[in-house]
Amino acid sequence: MCRIGAIKSLNYVHPSKALQLMNSQQKGHDNSGFAMVMQDLGGIFSDYKDKPTLSLACTDEGLKIAEEILDVLGFRQVFEWAPETRWKPGMDIKKMPNYVFRTFDYPDYCSGMPPRDKEDLLTNTRLRIRAALEKDETGFVYSFWPDVITLKEIGDPRDIGTFFGLWEPDDSFTAKTITAQCRQNTNYAIVRYAAHPFFLQGYVTLTNGENTFYQKNKEFQATLHPGYIGFESDSQCFLYTMHYMHRQLGWPLQYYKHIITPLPFEEVVKREDKEVLLAIRQSLAHLEINGPNTIIGTLPDFTMWVVCDAKKLRPVVVGKTKDTVVFSSEVCGVNEILPERNWEEDIYPNEREIVVVDNNLEVQRWKQ
Amino acid sequence: METVKINDLACNDLPWKVIYDTKRCTLCGSCVAACTFGAIRPKVERRRKSFSDTETPEPKISFSATPVITQVNILKHFCRGCGVCERVCPNNAIRSERNPDSRFNVVYQAATASGPKRGGRNNLEVQARTLDTIRVGRISQMTDPSLDAERHTFDCLAPLGRVLPAQNLPFTLGPDGKLSKTGQTPPVHWIYPIIIGDMSIGALSWRMWEAVSMAVAYLNEECGLPVRQCSGEGGMPVRLLKSKYLKYVILQIASGHFGWNRIIKAMPHMVEDPAGVLIKIGQGAKPGDGGLLMAAKVASHIQQIRGVPKADLLSPPNHQGLYSIEESVQKMFLSFNAAFKFRVPVAIKVAASATSVSVFNNLVRDPYNIVGGFFLDGIDGGTGAAHDISLDHTGHPVVSKLRDCYLAACAQGRQGQIPLWAAGGLGKTGNLAADAFKMFCLGANGVFTGKLILQLAGCLGNEHSRCNACNTGLCPAGITTQEPLLVRRLNPDRVAENIVNYFLAVDKELRKLMAPIGNSSLPVGRSDCLISTDKAVADRLQVQYVC
Repeated sequence: MCRIGAIKSLNYVHPSKALQLMNSQQKGHDNSGFAMVMQDLGGIFSDYKDKPTLSLACTDEGLKIAEEILDVLGFRQVFEWAPETRWKPGMDIKKMPNYVFRTFDYPDYCSGMPPRDKEDLLTNTRLRIRAALEKDETGFVYSFWPDVITLKEIGDPRDIGTFFGLWEPDDSFTAKTITAQCRQNTNYAIVRYAAHPFFLQGYVTLTNGENTFYQKNKEFQATLHPGYIGFESDSQCFLYTMHYMHRQLGWPLQYYKHIITPLPFEEVVKREDKEVLLAIRQSLAHLEINGPNTIIGTLPDFTMWVVCDAKKLRPVVVGKTKDTVVFSSEVCGVNEILPERNWEEDIYPNEREIVVVDNNLEVQRWKQ
Repeated sequence: METVKINDLACNDLPWKVIYDTKRCTLCGSCVAACTFGAIRPKVERRRKSFSDTETPEPKISFSATPVITQVNILKHFCRGCGVCERVCPNNAIRSERNPDSRFNVVYQAATASGPKRGGRNNLEVQARTLDTIRVGRISQMTDPSLDAERHTFDCLAPLGRVLPAQNLPFTLGPDGKLSKTGQTPPVHWIYPIIIGDMSIGALSWRMWEAVSMAVAYLNEECGLPVRQCSGEGGMPVRLLKSKYLKYVILQIASGHFGWNRIIKAMPHMVEDPAGVLIKIGQGAKPGDGGLLMAAKVASHIQQIRGVPKADLLSPPNHQGLYSIEESVQKMFLSFNAAFKFRVPVAIKVAASATSVSVFNNLVRDPYNIVGGFFLDGIDGGTGAAHDISLDHTGHPVVSKLRDCYLAACAQGRQGQIPLWAAGGLGKTGNLAADAFKMFCLGANGVFTGKLILQLAGCLGNEHSRCNACNTGLCPAGITTQEPLLVRRLNPDRVAENIVNYFLAVDKELRKLMAPIGNSSLPVGRSDCLISTDKAVADRLQVQYVC
């Protein structure tokens, strides 16, 4: 089974915490990979929060291709962080030649551009790089967005941590919001793009489970937005549904649950908002899911949330201290990170709620 | 010895032979009285017997006149093989047997200068059914557990009505962070995913129609299954139009507009809206033909409902004044939407055809969003009356065409906007739940069925040319006749009970299929859970081939 976890804190947190969170659940996953998305960055990236950072793993050839595309579009590099990798024989990691984390200034023509257009430029640039790298498999581009870093690798999470030097905490590489997952998916081929968390325009999701409505979700989403591509994992559908609802349609977060796990008809007809709920169910019938899933996600404003399928077939627990909230598939993960918390206040989200954590760490439970 | 008159019609030219056993017959006359087609008659045969009543042979001849039952060799009265004679015979003395050497198609046309007509269904299909080469092959295990079919809650409803794309929903976000609907959307009704197909009150006997209506009312009011029936072309009794039960009926209008005069006049008195309006453009069993009700079935109550004399009632093959899909959308659909003040979904029924996808595309792209359902009827559908040649040699199977329409919608990101409803031979083998389920997975929102309902009522016809005499008005089961004596053969209470029980069984069986794939709502478009053992079928329908 897959294990997922997320940390949201008032303070900047080093990814070693995420590694610890996932390592404590090591018996529950198969050590086939580690991936994480860091948002609301601190340390060396704190001065560049409004500028897009490229997260890329590639060959030398791939790097050239990406640089050329960015150069032609007019992006100017302002900062670079290259992780000091430590390769040792016997390590279980399918490493890439280059891991690139570069921050850019927007091209000159972007000044005065509406924010949405700027965002679309970033997405289109990423998609262009992705398409160019796909030809000869010269690399993988995960995100190109302000205040976001994405790392994905295939192998044993402990070795991946060691390879990137992520086990030793420091203040230079930190974030207030980190989502992480171990284990590559089993339904499809092991490829880096299939590793959660998935990122699109500030939205992140990671999932434990299987999307049995993958086929219909995918068929519906494929034409909705140019960013809805890949579908290497059935869990990408959850990200695209959230992005479509929240960004494209402009509906509040609470309606996500009504889309993916609509209430039974007999319950809907008793509700005051039945007209809205029925219309949503009708129009977005192909975005429904039937589980089994737990989905953790973040919004562009770093709000963190978690939902389960309507049958509650996958576990998740939310633990909290004054300055940190941790989401974890297993409670041992929370125990590892927040041993001092009051575990009696842990939340085990049910099948009809969304648990939401805002940037002040206020935790809310929204009943569907 | 009589000269052989080879050009006279003989019983062995006919599709069925009556097998009769003089020794078992008690001459009760039941078979002759029961045969609605006049295919058998009593006659007296001259029998010659040679015998000897002495110890040494001294042959004598005796002649006797023996009353017997015999088959009639008149074209108009040919035996349909319905088997009613066998059902009523107390001694198993008579039965009909299919004649593999029948010359019927030749002699009929040679004698009448026209092709044979019948009711029923396509009798030509010899291949295995497509749906029977498909199985539900993606069974949930371990990671996505199967559900408990008995205890889990399932949402088995399907939409009827035009569904807007989410970005066009008239939603306003309030200060409380809640969406509210601030504009008009087309009406959508969530109903049971199996509609009782359009069989008119002229095609069916009044008892049969009453039985269907009773069953539908019972299923809705007592069993909680929102099953709808379609009126067929020909209107409805005014009393029913003005009753609360109208809400369970989808009113049909076809090219003859039969019955609509009464419907329009009843509108001001309606206490409920109908469940929908279905505009019939074509019919799967006889695409390209209009409706046909033979004069023999135009009884006085039919004349009254339809406002017509006793004559053959032919609906034209196309709606008059209709020259394009755009025009149909603007004129017909809009006027019917307006007639019920945009509260009732208006759908279209077409025969599956090589051109179905174009028609569907035109409708799904219409900017007025007024077509609320695409009913696709395949070649294996039934009919009350048609030419043999239409039934057997025109038409298109529904399965691949339904799939084509669904995939066309997918390619445009418009799946679900016009709900797809499919029919045409579904439930032919008796198991409607399996057929319906597979059609859902291939993209149908729902299915509709007609012939199966007649089978439940006791119809004796089948796909192997048995009976199929719905056009004659002589239905031996009292289902498709307006002859009072024949109609009384049918017990409407029993028929209603059969229909209700069948739907309850289908509902359970649908759950039995949803549970193992771990779905609690209808798996519309879940082609991933189907497999086929036929490579050609798998490739054509884009499902997994297995062996």
